[in-house]
Formats: sequence, structure tokens, C-alpha cells
Amino acid sequence: MIQIEDLSKTFHTAAGEFTALSDVNLTVNDGEIFGIIGLSGAGKSTLVRCINYLEVPTNGRVVIDGDELGKLSKKELLIKRRSIGMIFQGFNLLEQRTVLKNVCFPLEIAKMPKSDAVKRARELLALVGLSDKENSYPSQLSGGQKQRVAIARALAAETKYLLCDEATSALDPDTTRSILELLKKVNRELGVTIIVITHEMKVIESICDRAAVIDGGRIAELAAVSELFASPKSDIARKLILPSVNTASEIKGGRVIRITFDGENSFKPTVANLILTCQAPLNILKADTEDIGGVACGYIILGLPDDTAVADRVIRYLEDNNISYSFGESEVEKNV
Amino acid sequence: MSELLIKLWESGTIQKGIWETVYMTFISAFFSYLIGLPLGILLNVTDKDGIHPMPWLYRILSIAVNIFRSIPFVILMVAMLPVAKLITGTSLGNRAMIVTLIIAAAPYVARMAESSFKEVGGGVIEAAKSMGASDMRIICRVLIPEAKPSLIVGSVISLVTILGYSAMAGTIGGGGLGMIAVSFGYQRFNDDIIWVCVLLTIVIVQIIQEVGMLIARKTDKRIR
Ligand SMILES: Nc1ncnc2c1ncn2[C@@H]1O[C@H](COP(=O)(O)OP(=O)(O)OP(=O)(O)O)[C@@H](O)[C@H]1O
Ligand SMILES: [Mg+2]
Repeated sequence: MIQIEDLSKTFHTAAGEFTALSDVNLTVNDGEIFGIIGLSGAGKSTLVRCINYLEVPTNGRVVIDGDELGKLSKKELLIKRRSIGMIFQGFNLLEQRTVLKNVCFPLEIAKMPKSDAVKRARELLALVGLSDKENSYPSQLSGGQKQRVAIARALAAETKYLLCDEATSALDPDTTRSILELLKKVNRELGVTIIVITHEMKVIESICDRAAVIDGGRIAELAAVSELFASPKSDIARKLILPSVNTASEIKGGRVIRITFDGENSFKPTVANLILTCQAPLNILKADTEDIGGVACGYIILGLPDDTAVADRVIRYLEDNNISYSFGESEVEKNV
Repeated sequence: MSELLIKLWESGTIQKGIWETVYMTFISAFFSYLIGLPLGILLNVTDKDGIHPMPWLYRILSIAVNIFRSIPFVILMVAMLPVAKLITGTSLGNRAMIVTLIIAAAPYVARMAESSFKEVGGGVIEAAKSMGASDMRIICRVLIPEAKPSLIVGSVISLVTILGYSAMAGTIGGGGLGMIAVSFGYQRFNDDIIWVCVLLTIVIVQIIQEVGMLIARKTDKRIR
């Protein structure tokens, strides 16, 4: 279990003090996939770097499995870090080492005998599906393959926690999906607790159990992902969930509704049924659905008709059919 | 062709000059790296964004290196003769020259190495840290191996620079092609001897350059 208590981080720069995190409190339970989402500069990377003490918090505590990191000696901290793997947007592989040697690296640090290390590294390469690439160098791999190697490397040393800082942000949608599936598999099969940092709601939606929305260095909202999508409470969460419905050309006033596909309703022609049943001229503003691990996930954003009677019919239909939805306000109205 | 040139060749003076130039260059380079490489590591590690920032130490080392680097070699060479005498017992000959060459080249090597280490991305170092690697392990297993191709390219440049220095050292008591060009060519008005030395130097530099770059290419796993 990872407990973060009253954590703040202030940077002292030439330009003065800058508080990147303030009063962050959260607990990540064993076995879950926890998401941290926020806009650029919100403090996500700083927060995740505090979790393994690559960044030393200015205030507050980080407690992992009962050990308060701030109280550990330097050597104990290094040993503790071996149980916390980390992967990055830029992969950060050792360019002069083969794939196999890269995966062996954390095992060298843990002083595992070489033959055992090679055996363990091969197991992990098999897990990430890259057994045939063990003698390749990173420069010979695609971005997705590099991230797989990075995942294998991060997990090699009996890792209990995996921190992912924008691990899919440099990848195309297909590759992103395959990496997310891999993370899900790692979580399920190895029981690794995963913390996913991202600025893409899609990532949170596809693999996370719970998520924290971070804004200006503070946690704006923390909830189960289904709840977060069904009824986002903070402005920032709403903005992240309804990302592209904020230009005047897209909608003119009116209410916006977001239907979330949780894998149950996605095989039915939901929208078509909705329109036919309610006789409502619905406007599809944006839709994005994906197949993640065999389950369809995604959302559709609809513009409700101005006629409130018709709009109410739509809402009632959604309620009756147990389709999760949330209201988004038109940014246009707010901005005026 | 002047008679003297033929004589120098037949007596083996030119061959000896080639050998002296090559061995002065490589011996000096070897010891310059023995001092300069750790210094370069220290500069990189203690820099403000290094793996173990120590601003005061960085400042001291940096200033010391800059002082030695800013003195033109001809002047440093003469100034260091007493030091050379202290170490080798003489201020003449190749042994003394090697000492001055090392003093001049080590700071140069340190800066070359520092910039090679800078090329190693902060990302891999961060990754190593996240795995619980100690500073020493990061230096030995990440910084040096990842910078190796760049270090080799740097050493080619250093070798050529030191070779240039060694020719200058020939004017004040060192041996090698520099000495031959100056004392038999320039001072006795034998242009052909000067040109032979120039040509031989060019050939040596070309060989160092080509072989060095070949090794660098062979070592680097990033391109292929
Ligand atoms: N070492 C540092 N010194 C000074 N300021 C820093 C430092 N690291 C981060 N910051 C500042 O803290 C804030 C949060 O940075 P952080 O990298 O955590 O953001 P982020 O949420 O990860 O953003 P992104 O999505 O762009 O990666 C930024 O305003 C950044 O400028
Ligand atoms: Mg970041």
C-alpha cells in the first residue's frame, strides 16, 4: 500500500519559489490500477517522482508498505526503490546494451547471479512478447517495443509497484492500446499495483480502477473511475472528460451529455435505439470508442435538443436502460 | 631534394622522428586520460544537474580547468619546464616534454569527457536511479558505457591536439617531427625537409582519425 500524506513540494528557482504540489493526500491500495490525471504542468510528474523519492517532498510523508521513505537511510531507500518500477514517456533504455542486458540491469543492481538474472530477464521478455528481440539494441526497436522492454525491465526485480509517467504519450493509438493491455495483464497476472500518470482521459477510462484529478498541484477530485465519468464534480474533471466540446463552432448553447460505454452496452446500437425511441434529433458531437482487452470502452458526446420535453425523454431513456451518462456544460455558455 | 634530407632518411633520423612523435602523443594522451577522465566524471557528477551536485567543488574544478585551458600551449610549455624537471630530473628531452604535454592536455581531456557525459540523457540516469542504483553504479554502468562512443570520438580529437602540441615541444628540446622540421628544415633553410615533416604529420593524423572513427562506429549501438 502506498500512502501519501499532506505532501507538498516547493521548488526554489532563480525566479523565486514555486509550489508544484500542495497538501496531497491519497492512498493506493495493493492490486489496483490508480490513475493520476491533469493538464500539463499540474504536478503529475512531480507527484510520481515523490513516490519513489526521486524528488524529496518539502513537507509530508510517503509511506510504502509501512516504511516511511523520509526516515529510511540512503541505502535502505535504494533497496526500497527496487520494489518500485518506473516507466517513462521517453522509454529511457540503455542504448548501448541489448534488450536482454537492459532487462538484466535492475537485477545487476540487486546483485543477482548472472545466470539467474538472464533466466529471469528471459521470462519477462516472454511476458511482454519480445523473446525474439533479446539480442537487438534499442535503436532497432519501434516505440511500442521499446516501451515493452522498459516494462520488462521495470518489473524484473520482483517489483510490487509500477509507476508509469505518460508511458503511452509518445505512442500511436494502436500501440497505446496494446501497451495498456499489457499493463492490465501485468496487473492481473503478477498482481503488480500500477500508478498511471496521464493527461488523456482515455487511458484512465480504459485501465484504471480509481483516479485522482490533479490541478495546480492539488487534488481536485478522487473517485472510482466509473463515478468520475458518471458525475464529475470538479470543473477540471468535467473539462478533461468533455475535452473538445468547447469551441463555439461545435455547439451553440444547449446541453451536452456524455454517454460512457463500460463494455456492457457497447454491442447494442445504443444511440440508434435512443434516437428512434425518443424521436429526438440528437447531435453527435464527438465519439471515441476502443476495444481494450476485449471490452469495448469509450464515450459519445451528444448535444441535447433545445426542446426540454424531448431532452427529458432522452434522460429518462438512459436511466431506464441503465446507461451511464453525465452532463457537461457547454463551455460556450460559461465563457460568455 | 637536398642532400641533408637523404642523409636524415638514411641515418634513420626521420624514422626515429616519426616514432618519437607517435609515442610522445600516445603516452601523453594515456596519462592525460588517466587524469582527465576522472576529472571529467567529477565535473559531470558535481554539476548542478549532475547525479551528485556539489556546486562548490564544481566551481573549484571548473575554474582550475579553465585557467590551464586559457594559457596558450607555447607559454604553458615553457612555464611548466621547472615542474617537468622536478618530476623527471631534466628539462630537456622527450620525458620532460611528456610531462608538459600531460599538464596541458589533461584539462582539455577533462572538458572533452565532461561534454561526452553530458550527452548521456538525463532519462536513462533517472531510470537507473528509479531502480535503486547507487551513484557509483550509475557512473560505472550507465554514464561511462553510454558515453563510450562519444568518448572515443573525443579521444581522436584529443590525440590530434596532443600531436600538435608535441610538434611545438620539438622547438624547446623535445624530439619528433617538430624538432626535425625546425632544426633541420627551418633553421637550415631546407624547405623540402619542412614539407616532408608536414606530409608525415598529415599521414599520422589521417591514420589516427580514420582508425579512431572506425572504432567509434563499431562501438556505437545506436546506429545500424
Ligand atoms: N526541478 C524543478 N524546478 C523547478 N520547477 C519545477 C521542477 N520540476 C517541475 N517544476 C515545475 O512544477 C510544475 C509541475 O511540473 P510537473 O513536471 O510535475 O508537471 P506535469 O503535470 O508532469 O506536466 P506534463 O504533463 O507537462 O508532464 C511545473 O510548473 C514545473 O515547471
Ligand atoms: Mg510530466
